[in-house]
Amino acid sequence: MKLSEQWLREWVNPPATIEQIAERLVMGGLELEIEPVCAEMPRGVVVGRIVSLEPHPNAERLRVCQVDVGKGAHSAIVCGAANARAGMVAPVALPGARLPGGMEIKVSALRGVESSGMLCSASELGLAEKSEGLLELDPDARLGTPIEKHLALDDRILNLEITPNRGDCLSVVGLAREVAALFGVQMTRPRAKQAVVVGVDRHAVEIESQADCSAYAGRVMYGLNARARTPDAMRERLRRSGVRSIQPLVDVTNYVMLELGQPMHAFDGSKLSGTVRVRRARKGEALTLLNDQALELQHDELLICDDSGPVALAGVMGGASTAVSASTSRVFFESACFAMSAVAGTGRRHKLASDALYRFERGVDPDLQRAALERATELTSQICGGEAGPVSYAGRALPETRIRLRHARLTKLLGHDISAKDVEALLARLNVSTRNEVGGTWATQVPSWRYDLRIEADLVEEVARLYGYDRIPAKPYAAQLAPGRPSEADRSLSSIKQRLAARGWREVISLAFADRAVQERLNPGVEAIALDNPIADNQSLMRSTLWGGLIEAWRYNHARQAPRLRLFEAGVCFTRVGGAITETPRVAGLAAGSAWPEQWGAPARAIDFYDVKADLEALLGEPAAFGFEAGAHSALHPGRCARVVERGRAVGWIGELHPGLVADLGLPSAAVVFEVDAAALRRSRVPRARAVPEFPASRRDLALVVPETVTGAALEAAVRKAAPETLQEVFVFDVYRGPNLGTTFKSMALGLIFQDSSRTLTDVEIDSAMARINAEVAATLGATGRT
Amino acid sequence: MSDSLDAIQQAALAEIAAAPDSRELEQLRVNYLGKKGRVTELLKQLGGMAPEERKAFGDRVNRVKELVSAAINHRGTQLAQAELAARLAGETIDVTLRGRGEPAGGLHPLTRTLGRIERLFNELGFETMDGPEIEDDFHNFGALNIPELHPARAMQDTFYVDNGSRVLRTHTSPVQIRTMQAVVKSGRTPPIRIICPGRVYRNDSDRTHSPMFHQVEGLYVAEDVHFSDLKYDLQTFLSRFFEQDVEALFRPSYFPFVEPGADVHMRWRDPSKGPDHPGRWLELLGCGMVHPKVFEAVGLDPERYTGYAFGMGVERLTMLRYGVDDLRLFFNNDLRFLEQFS
Repeated sequence: MKLSEQWLREWVNPPATIEQIAERLVMGGLELEIEPVCAEMPRGVVVGRIVSLEPHPNAERLRVCQVDVGKGAHSAIVCGAANARAGMVAPVALPGARLPGGMEIKVSALRGVESSGMLCSASELGLAEKSEGLLELDPDARLGTPIEKHLALDDRILNLEITPNRGDCLSVVGLAREVAALFGVQMTRPRAKQAVVVGVDRHAVEIESQADCSAYAGRVMYGLNARARTPDAMRERLRRSGVRSIQPLVDVTNYVMLELGQPMHAFDGSKLSGTVRVRRARKGEALTLLNDQALELQHDELLICDDSGPVALAGVMGGASTAVSASTSRVFFESACFAMSAVAGTGRRHKLASDALYRFERGVDPDLQRAALERATELTSQICGGEAGPVSYAGRALPETRIRLRHARLTKLLGHDISAKDVEALLARLNVSTRNEVGGTWATQVPSWRYDLRIEADLVEEVARLYGYDRIPAKPYAAQLAPGRPSEADRSLSSIKQRLAARGWREVISLAFADRAVQERLNPGVEAIALDNPIADNQSLMRSTLWGGLIEAWRYNHARQAPRLRLFEAGVCFTRVGGAITETPRVAGLAAGSAWPEQWGAPARAIDFYDVKADLEALLGEPAAFGFEAGAHSALHPGRCARVVERGRAVGWIGELHPGLVADLGLPSAAVVFEVDAAALRRSRVPRARAVPEFPASRRDLALVVPETVTGAALEAAVRKAAPETLQEVFVFDVYRGPNLGTTFKSMALGLIFQDSSRTLTDVEIDSAMARINAEVAATLGATGRT
Repeated sequence: MSDSLDAIQQAALAEIAAAPDSRELEQLRVNYLGKKGRVTELLKQLGGMAPEERKAFGDRVNRVKELVSAAINHRGTQLAQAELAARLAGETIDVTLRGRGEPAGGLHPLTRTLGRIERLFNELGFETMDGPEIEDDFHNFGALNIPELHPARAMQDTFYVDNGSRVLRTHTSPVQIRTMQAVVKSGRTPPIRIICPGRVYRNDSDRTHSPMFHQVEGLYVAEDVHFSDLKYDLQTFLSRFFEQDVEALFRPSYFPFVEPGADVHMRWRDPSKGPDHPGRWLELLGCGMVHPKVFEAVGLDPERYTGYAFGMGVERLTMLRYGVDDLRLFFNNDLRFLEQFS
């Protein structure tokens, strides 16, 4: 909502600058910016009339105009505007003038003809971004008047963002009421004069459903001057409010809407027949709107109809067949109050927007219709002359809104006591009447235009707002708590992130959207969640894996000279499981490039599976519960890929990206990735302390030659199976492949730690355990001792 | 005889003091104090002496022996120290070379801010809660007093899923609803004091809007919660978050799920503009007293309980805190940006 300061001050004029008014409005809850009325004030531009014009001798498109610039002075001005004509009044920049943008006007020759100035368009004066032809001015404007005076450019605009609850502020009067309340001053402007009714010409009006429309006022005006022109003063106000001037009757309805907040419609009265009815659409009806949009009416749109059928979509837009035109001399003005519920769905269903709908959706004052109609009548007769018929009216009075306000409740909500006298005075400024009842309670009645005041808390806000939020002290208090019992075993996601960061991983945050083609490669066989209205085609899905975002971040940084990186992300992944949307928090990582930063102290090599596996293992809250099983994932290298299993349940993947995928997606190099359910990583166990061993441990090493297919895990399992309980630990400390072993065998060396909590183990005991172990691995895995 | 004794003593002490290393020193020990050493030899002369002479001579020889022994020990310590020092000097490394292995990584600046916000509120008894990012209409809108067809829905550009039946949550406020419902369902009663950090989504993307961003929701419901409590908690939070006295301004504003509602602005002085720059008001968060219709929607008695709620933008706070001037930096994951937050 754009509000001209001049227009506002006609209705309320507090002793304050526009900046002070703006500040008060902002502190009262309205967001706004102050804007100038034109880009830069033009200087040296006056009102002039083109007396005559002749073709330019040397240029086909140019003409030479004789322009009267007041006090009998005539200037010869070369002009290229197509709309220039004799008798036209237009702005003239005289020599010495300065136009917005810094253009200075001098007497100069244009194609050999001297031009003493320039005839100006609206955009040249900084009044419009774009404009065609000269800016035409009132034909009776006083010649020679500075343009800034004629157009009253000494004005500023408050550009307000009105929240949906404050539909009452979508007008000059509404904002004037707000300013009056905030400053505690009276409004100044009386209501419109009652028009003198001369004729009997009228259309009867009927409302079929009272719930849809609480008031419908209409009036015919006839004998209008169809050639009349909207005066500059009104045009300027419309322009400053962001509304284009179209023709006088439409301009009047817009003007009244902006001023009073009542959307109106002007029908061409000569095309309207019989009774005007407000009713719901019937199946099969059709209506072509002013904007030439043809509507197939579906079922229950609220319509304005005459005897011939639908003529307007009520509260949204008029129909094309009854639109006013340059030849309209009989008009029917509509000023109605349509219910929010009756119009709100219509606009959305037909994807229509209009200033009228915008206001009806937010609530139009149900007591305003007759006054607005009178105001439109007054303005129309000033511009177009003509005579007015009697007002046709249908409707009913809406019940008044009464709210009980308890002083104690107000104090309880605010935590601050505002005196009863102050409460009453503040509410009075808003035209909320208060009547004292017993027990510190007021019976209030709120004005018809305040749709946002319906419950007690609404009045509390109004009182607090006018009192000033800043005057309510911020007081320390004793909070009431009900602390829960946070689980120690459930580790926070942030602790897991910190652990990754400490091990050299860098956290990224990606948008949670995914490209369909990429995601289907990364996470096939999973039903993804599609957005109904994605922001871009390559973000049409919700991510089902974090790898997509990590790959994007990798690509982005690789293109910016970061060949080595270790990125991780923690976030929710979305899939559909059995029809239901499932959200799974996951932690994922991607590492590419060398194992360490390039440096002097370690041999350079590429990062591999085991580097990343160590970091992943370091995240596990209960490592014993996890296993890594060779698995198959189409996005991962078939020989370098493991399913992460927690107590037999698959919880994630780790592996090298599949070389085919790297090639297909055009990725920079090989990379190792992992992705694991955050819940599995978060699970841990509250520790139970055991006695520290008192007796020494013994270590034995076991060097074996085994077939290539035997895994470390299988070997360890076989060892454990055959070992006594005193075996505390078994680990592979060397893997060797060499020509002496052939291609189908490898050597693995294991370290075994034996220890008993109650005594020192003897060599004999351990030797016999080792013998059993050797026998077991030989029998089950074909392992032979290596010498 | 005594001349000889003195001569031996003098010679021994001089040689010991000049011994260049522990090997030569050991040789001197043998030369003087060994079985055939010069001092030991002297003692052998005792046998041929008169008793009274013997005692005096014996005492003198023993004193020389002690002196020489002490001198050898002293020189031995000196030499050992020097030799150790020489050996260690040879083992010197270049301590300025970079350490081996993986340098630390780091957390995303938004995570850092989220962590700080969470901690500052946890310390005041706010428990952290979580909720789904794909929400139903009721939790994202209906229960928050944003009915269908209400213009307030147009305030937020919503992403829809499943033909409009589900939405990507447009704010973290649905977690309020879920928390209060859970309390009611479990038969418990307020106080409820929670914060809910998380991702939210709006169908809007330009220089100053990201389709995904982060919010932290706060809710405090009890039998006697006031607007003045809200002001105190937010004022306190801002001053702690920015580690300075923050000038906060509460302005009336509209959110359908609070009444009265407010926007909180702080006076922001760009550090690069000097301490005297007046700064400007920056909107930081929205807040207000829980709307009675919200209490009704979750089954809490709005007469008995009052509460406050707030929602703050994590990106905005991060930008102010660390001087980040472009929202897009948070989501394009440029390492040259992220590494500044190690």
